[in-house]
Amino acid sequence: MTPLIEALLLQAGYNAALVAVGATLLGFAAGAAGTFLFLRKRALVSDAVAHATLPGVGLAFIIMVSFGGDGRNLLGLLLGSAVTAGIGLLAVEWMARRTRLAEDAAIGAVLSVFFGFGIVILTVIQTMGSGRQAGLESFLLGSTAGMLFQDAVVIAVGGSLAVLATWIMRRPMTLVAFDAEYAAANGVNVPAVDRLMMGLVMAVTVIGLKIVGLILIVALLIIPPVTARFWTERSNAVIWYAGALGGLSGYLGAALSASAPDLPTGPIIVLVSATLFLVSLLFAPVRGLAAAVLRHRRFQRRVHRRQGLLALSRSEPIHDELTLRVLRAEALIRADGVATETGRAQAAKIARDERRWDVAREIHQDTGLTGRYDGLTPIEQVFAPDEIAEFDRRIGGPRAVAGGV
Amino acid sequence: MTDTPVTLAATDGRAARLPQKSDAPLALRGLTVSYGEKPAIFSVDATFPAAQMTAIIGPNGAGKSTLLKAALGVIPRLSGEVTSFGEPIDTARARIAYVPQRASVDWDFPTTVIDVVMMGLYRQVGLLGRFTGRLKSRALACLDRVGMGGFADRQIGQLSGGQQQRVFLARALAQDADLYLLDEPFAGVDAATERAIIEVLKSLKAEGKAVVCVHHDLATVRDYFDHVFMINVRKIAEGPVDTTFTSEALNATYGGRLAATHIDQLRLAEGA
Repeated sequence: MTPLIEALLLQAGYNAALVAVGATLLGFAAGAAGTFLFLRKRALVSDAVAHATLPGVGLAFIIMVSFGGDGRNLLGLLLGSAVTAGIGLLAVEWMARRTRLAEDAAIGAVLSVFFGFGIVILTVIQTMGSGRQAGLESFLLGSTAGMLFQDAVVIAVGGSLAVLATWIMRRPMTLVAFDAEYAAANGVNVPAVDRLMMGLVMAVTVIGLKIVGLILIVALLIIPPVTARFWTERSNAVIWYAGALGGLSGYLGAALSASAPDLPTGPIIVLVSATLFLVSLLFAPVRGLAAAVLRHRRFQRRVHRRQGLLALSRSEPIHDELTLRVLRAEALIRADGVATETGRAQAAKIARDERRWDVAREIHQDTGLTGRYDGLTPIEQVFAPDEIAEFDRRIGGPRAVAGGV
Repeated sequence: MTDTPVTLAATDGRAARLPQKSDAPLALRGLTVSYGEKPAIFSVDATFPAAQMTAIIGPNGAGKSTLLKAALGVIPRLSGEVTSFGEPIDTARARIAYVPQRASVDWDFPTTVIDVVMMGLYRQVGLLGRFTGRLKSRALACLDRVGMGGFADRQIGQLSGGQQQRVFLARALAQDADLYLLDEPFAGVDAATERAIIEVLKSLKAEGKAVVCVHHDLATVRDYFDHVFMINVRKIAEGPVDTTFTSEALNATYGGRLAATHIDQLRLAEGA
């Protein structure tokens, strides 16, 4: 474990520290910028954009070499990738808006065509034999081996700008993601906001090419917001939670991959991110699967308790095992199934509340109040004491009943 | 533009007119919208008056919702002119509040009731403005007005259909507009919500605001509305409910799709 701890403390060498810082910043930026894409339900557009960066990388290399420059200049390559990614993005938008094709078809078409074109260009570059082409394939899955200080600066500056823009534009983007028709009626330029969302995603994709590569960057854009959604009910909080989760994934992933030889950085980051997702899916307090199962079981027990007590009040036999167990656990019946003192009192109360509800539905025709009848909500939570007294008067039964034990 | 004689493609075979400048809360001239080559609404003229409640009625697919959306520029119009309070719609937006159909949004969106109401204030607050205590209490007051005061911090997914509709209305109220456009506000809501909504709309009318509802329940037109606009792709009739809501107009709008017994129960105006 020592190498991992060294890596976590950024003590595993200059390159590893640089990668860890860069991956953390990239993860944060990707999570934050991907949030509105996820909320707008257009997460997969980012996959098309990412794949459309490849021809740009190749073309930029060819252009830089043919002008006698260094083909591997990172800024030049990123600029090229941004150009073709932008074209790919506009192509998806145009097809979805102007043709009968749905967006998924447009994504599929753009993704495969641009990626195929990119591979062709990379193959052509390999036959150029200039000897300097080595490394362009690393943009597919990312490569951190030769990461430079300036690469980290590109990520830091670009990522900060993307996060800042996301924060500044959060209100129009929230409006468009939640209710595009209302946004348009309020004068928000919906297509422009959509393009901005995609533009931010494109920027993060481009700066992330170096570390995670174009095939996996989409995971960093989508998984952190999806994970964040498990922990909060407010869209502004989703931005920051997603940023934090993405940053954590980047940091842990980079440290893990630095702690052992030959562990690829990008894929490890994605796996860490997926692990956080899995944990949230299972254990998030309200939206998690475990919480849902628990809620369901509690509800089921309440239903059985009520049915059992109603049966007691009517002196009907109870056969259901779960009902018997629930009643026994609360000492409402004895082991042999006979009602206890408390059980009889509770049964009487439930039976009386049933009659009260019958009267309530006669008096209050509006469903606003009586619509809350589910047999499980105590009537005292719905009606005021004087109203309940009125129900009792109509029932004509005993008014005073042994306390609500 | 108003003082130049313009031949409008508006008039659908009738004689071309000069466009008159209208100060009405919402005025449409020759509004046409089409999906492909099939017009959804064709050459519609309409004037929606202030301090009145107007119902837009017509059969399914008659273009009722399309009319509102096209007027607001939510969907593009093929031709026609829209003015609001005598101005082009884009300069009048601060005075207009729109309540879309409830089903048009994802109710699992991560947002709370109060956050939705505050969306109605985004325009006023701007990109970076802060939500001051005064604005927050205004949003809460709007929630109170629709009877949802105790629900401010609920996640919107936990609301019933009627409660969702009330929250949408509260968001529109927060805009403090002069013209309220509602798309089927009573569709699929409980009776208590329908009463709460109509009460709010009537109080808006009393304040002099214009209220326009796409409405599907012919039985309540007479109780709720002052003015009626009947459409089936083309305009069929418009005017006060008392004189316009006739069996002739209904037959023309619904093309015999209404049973005679149904029409008998509507307490219609005397036929012209």
